Amino acid sequence: TSTMRLILIFSALFGASLCLETFVGHQVLRIKTRNEEEVKQLQLLESLEHLELDFWINPSTAAVPVDVRIPANNVQAVKAFLESHGIEYSILIEDLQVVLDKEKEDMAYSQQRERSSNSFNYGTYHTLDSIYTELDHLASEYSNIVTKLQIGQSYEKRPLYVLKFSTGGSNRPAIWLDAGIHSREWVTQASAIWIAKKIASDYGNDPSITSLLNKMDIFLLTVSNPDGYVFTHTTNRMWRKTRSRNPGSVCVGVDPNRNWDAGFGGPGASSNPCSDSYRGPSANSEVEVRSVVNFIKNHGNIRAFLTLHSYSQLLMYPYGYKCTQPADYAELDALGRAAASSIRSLYGTTFTVGSICTTIYQASGGSIDWSYDYGIKYSFAFELRDTGRYGFVLPASQIIPTAEETWLGLKKIMEHVRDNPY
Amino acid sequence: AAMELPLSHSLASRAAALATGYLCYRRGSPGRGLALRSLRRARRQDINDVGHKYYLELELEDVLDKDSTVNCTAEVLYHLGNKNIAPDVQFTLEGELKNTDEADNIFYNRIKSPEKELVAENIPDSHGNVPPEMEPIRLLAWVASGYVIWQNSTENTKFQLAQIKHVKQVKRSDEYLEFDYMILLHDMVSQEIIPWKMTVLWHPQHGVQVTQDSRQPKHASG
Repeated sequence: TSTMRLILIFSALFGASLCLETFVGHQVLRIKTRNEEEVKQLQLLESLEHLELDFWINPSTAAVPVDVRIPANNVQAVKAFLESHGIEYSILIEDLQVVLDKEKEDMAYSQQRERSSNSFNYGTYHTLDSIYTELDHLASEYSNIVTKLQIGQSYEKRPLYVLKFSTGGSNRPAIWLDAGIHSREWVTQASAIWIAKKIASDYGNDPSITSLLNKMDIFLLTVSNPDGYVFTHTTNRMWRKTRSRNPGSVCVGVDPNRNWDAGFGGPGASSNPCSDSYRGPSANSEVEVRSVVNFIKNHGNIRAFLTLHSYSQLLMYPYGYKCTQPADYAELDALGRAAASSIRSLYGTTFTVGSICTTIYQASGGSIDWSYDYGIKYSFAFELRDTGRYGFVLPASQIIPTAEETWLGLKKIMEHVRDNPY
Repeated sequence: AAMELPLSHSLASRAAALATGYLCYRRGSPGRGLALRSLRRARRQDINDVGHKYYLELELEDVLDKDSTVNCTAEVLYHLGNKNIAPDVQFTLEGELKNTDEADNIFYNRIKSPEKELVAENIPDSHGNVPPEMEPIRLLAWVASGYVIWQNSTENTKFQLAQIKHVKQVKRSDEYLEFDYMILLHDMVSQEIIPWKMTVLWHPQHGVQVTQDSRQPKHASG
């Protein structure tokens, strides 16, 4: 079998590297025994130590074929023995050294390819450490446009890393994009890292992204809630909130998307620490939220605020904390529809467009309400695949299609932001 | 008079999800699960002293064969006041659903005579994987959860089956298959994950029944 062959090759290689043995002219035969008598003959052969036979599969019962490596100078003798006893065999490997040499060549080549290119599998879900390693890899591979910044630390002291995509300038107008504020929404962190790679590799190749990055910067927070994300891997796949301790309660965590200073304390957020939509003791009580707010305020030139959630396939603009229309309703609705249309063009995935309040529910303390009221006109929240068949546990096979279609929607919005400075 | 609702409206999508859950329960099996493909039309009517009634036009799809769809009209009545009465749901399917007798019988025979009762957990797993031999078990939970969803829905909830935490087959001396499930329901409106126990009975000719069900307490810290 090929597995056995690999085991043999690696052990031979190991042996060769230690003892400088060569296997020139060694053959590997597969012997098909038909009865107990033949098995006994092989066991006799096995006992002849001077032949230096190396049985991969030892003779034991007639039902199982026997594989054996034979040193070059004994090949003819063994074959003569088998033929004289009418024992059937076939040649698995004519010359073992040839096979080993090819293997060595192949291994060296693929090792070299792995070093120089990316072996990160975007089509699977990763641990936090693995994502953070890939952030470093991207910053290094695309160092001309990508840098990694730390904007703060989580409650449990994990770094909050943002990738900055920039071709220079000084404090250029910028687009903010975040994912994973709710930790169980795994397709968002997974899509974000794919999007990071996409932006980096498209610069200089795709005219639209190239012109965008020549004028504006992009800031991408791939894991907004790292404590929650780790918790979904170690303990509870369905965890949504941060992992902050609530004094006086056994319940842990605050819903980070009810914690922003936008209608804080109003309807659509709970005051119960045990609730999955607990708003927290006060606005910005969560360091994960505060870090983003501080970054945006200090930057001073953020022109769009985009955030990824799952699931439901929705593209929403403000408001959540009240059901009245924002002043820029017409433009945001039209842009949302254009983005949804781009998303649908790829795989037919339909996104419903509307304000948060009318489309899902009234919810206070949400991030895009804060960013909009702060003055960032282009504020959108996406709910990615699916519509409930898998929900949060979206199969990994859908990560890349989700990322690809989402990217088209984001790009549509970013292009509009680029072309409509305000 | 019934008022037209925008298709994107949250109330329309909640009523549509409820109707789909009920329908799936009534027509589903381990070989057939129905999901909402799209909402075509929604109207809402306020009936004094009775409740709120929704008139819906839905397009449903077979979860095992996305190309197989069927149109449906449904009426959902949420009763005023008393939260212990399940909403009334009525529906009419336009056209026929695929026959699943063969798949159902294969599953029935596989499970009916085991050496050991079936036990499984975390379906799908964290990465969304469902082993192929578990797909009917999963569909059965999907169908049965339609009952739980129907019984517990209001205009302020939107439930979906999030995951099967645990399932155990219960040996029976009669012809029915019985399973004890511990499932997680996700309510989109409150965002809560609610553990729920349910006992499910099934036979190819007798459909799916939920004979017992009870909401379970959430764990405090995780």
